Amino acid sequence: MALAQAQAQAAQLKKVKKQKVLLMGKSGSGKSSMRSIIFSNYLARDTRRLGATIDIDLSHVKFLGNLTLNLWDCGGQEAFMENYLSQQRAHVFSNVGVLIYVFDIESRDVERDLATYVNIISALVQYSREAKVFVLIHKMDLIQSLTREEVFDRRVNIVRRKTAEAVAIVRKQKPEQSPGTPGGAAAAAAAAAAALAASSPSSILDIDIDMQLFATSIWDQSLYKAWASIIHDLVPNLGVIETQLASVGVAIDADEILLFERTSFLVVSKWTSREGDNNPFGDRFERMSSILKSWKHTCSKFTGTPRNAEQFSDLEIKMGTKFSMFVTKFTTNTYILVCMPPGEARFNSAKLNVAAARPWFRFLDGPVIAPSAGAGSSQHLLAHNSAGGAGGVQSEANSRPLNI
Amino acid sequence: MSSAFTGSSRVDVDNSTAQLPRHTYISPAILNLERVYEQNRQLLQKKDGAKVPDPITIPQTKGKPRLLLMGQRRSGKSSISGVVFQKVSPSETLFLESTARIHKNNLSSFMEFQVWDFPGQIDVFDNPNFAFDMDAIFGEIGALIWVIDAQDDYLEAVARLNNTILHLQRSYPHINIEVFIHKVDGLSDDYKLDIQRDVTIRIQDELSDQGVENAPVSFHLTSIYNHSIFEAFSKVIQKLIPRLGQLEAMLTNLCRTCRFEKAYLFDVTTKIYIATDSTPEDMASYEICSDYLDVIIDFTQVYGNWQRSPDWRKHLEQAPWMQPLEDQVACERAESGMVLSDAQRPIMLREVDRFLALVAIMKEGSYEKMPQINMNVDVVVKGLTEFFEITKPKETRTTTETIAGRAAGGWIND
Repeated sequence: MALAQAQAQAAQLKKVKKQKVLLMGKSGSGKSSMRSIIFSNYLARDTRRLGATIDIDLSHVKFLGNLTLNLWDCGGQEAFMENYLSQQRAHVFSNVGVLIYVFDIESRDVERDLATYVNIISALVQYSREAKVFVLIHKMDLIQSLTREEVFDRRVNIVRRKTAEAVAIVRKQKPEQSPGTPGGAAAAAAAAAAALAASSPSSILDIDIDMQLFATSIWDQSLYKAWASIIHDLVPNLGVIETQLASVGVAIDADEILLFERTSFLVVSKWTSREGDNNPFGDRFERMSSILKSWKHTCSKFTGTPRNAEQFSDLEIKMGTKFSMFVTKFTTNTYILVCMPPGEARFNSAKLNVAAARPWFRFLDGPVIAPSAGAGSSQHLLAHNSAGGAGGVQSEANSRPLNI
Repeated sequence: MSSAFTGSSRVDVDNSTAQLPRHTYISPAILNLERVYEQNRQLLQKKDGAKVPDPITIPQTKGKPRLLLMGQRRSGKSSISGVVFQKVSPSETLFLESTARIHKNNLSSFMEFQVWDFPGQIDVFDNPNFAFDMDAIFGEIGALIWVIDAQDDYLEAVARLNNTILHLQRSYPHINIEVFIHKVDGLSDDYKLDIQRDVTIRIQDELSDQGVENAPVSFHLTSIYNHSIFEAFSKVIQKLIPRLGQLEAMLTNLCRTCRFEKAYLFDVTTKIYIATDSTPEDMASYEICSDYLDVIIDFTQVYGNWQRSPDWRKHLEQAPWMQPLEDQVACERAESGMVLSDAQRPIMLREVDRFLALVAIMKEGSYEKMPQINMNVDVVVKGLTEFFEITKPKETRTTTETIAGRAAGGWIND
């Protein structure tokens, strides 16, 4: 009884917290393609089959056990865009957690794209000032690799300038609109803006958009980098995951630990030792995502099971005296990748310890399960780790309160 | 120790002519070349009895089997050579420019190859402006790969191919002719087979009209967007490997003793398999093995290619381990294993030497027996190393000894 009640309460809490993730951009810029690749296990070449998105395609993407992304894939044809900005303005732009705006680098009419972007940003600032903005400069594979960086930098400057312009427009409009009597089609919008302005009049002027830009392409790992940052801030209990991952890493003497979400293989959290920080490959996290995801596709082809199904449970690599590494099924919703120094005994004890650490992370699977179950047994196993010091770290991690 | 996975230079584009003192050892390729050379010599003898070259001297600097890529323009020759030998991603081949002159790539792998990419607009046999030195081109060729664009009108390509085969049959009858019916991705299976049948019939009819029987022509359906191009190259290269049977027997034996479903010996750089066991060919298992190899290479590139600090090593060798790092590892070459979620058909991989890796698909439940399997694999790896050792560079030899050395190298005592 009490449990059911608690669950209901939690569900309610979640409902309130569920924020929108808007995916916008010009028609044909690749919004639905990237969504399908990241969340629906499409291959890059399969996205050719996708047709144009009509109006708004709502989807609830389950991510880990306790996070549901309320993803609004907004069709980008001009008629729809106008509709979002006028009639549906409040409906679309209120309560937005994240806006992902996609630019097609190959687009011919850049000015027009930017004008639409400015409109969208001002609408967003009007209704959800706290929203984070991610701008993806997409289809970068169509630019010859030598000039990619330059083209991207140039575009970044333009977009930043335009964003500032959009904010400035809103800033200018606000004082005029709120006292006056708004008329015409924008009545509803302006009224809402006025309400907003009335509720927090002081903060209007210091609008500061939290914006990140990425160069992406569905044909390489850049897409994973962008999306990993997008989901990174949405994951609840991130601090707890990070500290616990760090305790595991220290206990087993690892160089690097990555935690992946099961279906998308996006990096949820990572921990790197001081030695591992010297790794010259700064893009290794998204590379791992991309490698493992394509490996998953290969497996699904081999076993004949659907792509969304789980494919492999264990992958071990021992590279002589260079390094050892394993990727294994961790909790129900995650995989863990551990890269560690070579050594047979070290490798085997690390595998056991990672298995023992599973209960610490059980909270990743369910919405409200306390992460302390099974601590006793894991403590026992960890005590055997010859690297030492693990027991202490572990109990410390367990006694830490969790905010769910 | 240099490893196939961590070696920095993968493909060696032809810029240095003498990296290794090649004339001091025999590669399997040279063994094969002797056959071709003998054929040329006899030919010359017929033409000009007085000026017969010494039967043993082989043109040293060029002593590598050569793969010639020929075909109509825009049929995909450069794309093929880019994807297979230079690791260009298939989508990047869109940016390739048209080839204006013959591109020569050296490929140092378990055996040395030259890949010559011909411009499609030049007809070697019928060129009014420039007479090609036929011997220089075809003299030591391993295989001629003729690329036909299946999505285009291929009648002209087939006609030119026929012409080429006839020319070659007259002067160099031992050259393998491999026809790649290319760009078949996106075509339905039935249509693919129809095209293959059509091309085969056209060529065979023409050849038999001209009185040429049993020409060594084989056909492959290929595309750079899937594994078929690698599989086709595997078949082409396998024909050039001397004593392939021995390799296959070793793998078949391993499969029997360890209850493997399928085992491949891969060339790591190109992902071409140079041998497999005797069970029937199976595209799906080749695909997963080759992709698995890719995964391992990618992981190693990211995590295995940078130098760790001395402190790191010191830390790892202190208590409680108290052993040098070398003694802590079980196998100094790369080894790897993978289990699928349904626990069926695990895959294992073992690095054999700088260039080769053994990849095998195991049977259900054998992952628990990895220690025993590893011992068996150890033995086979040793055998394979010995097999290739015979053709490795012999140390310092004087020129007079070279011939004797070559003769000795020619004998492989199995």
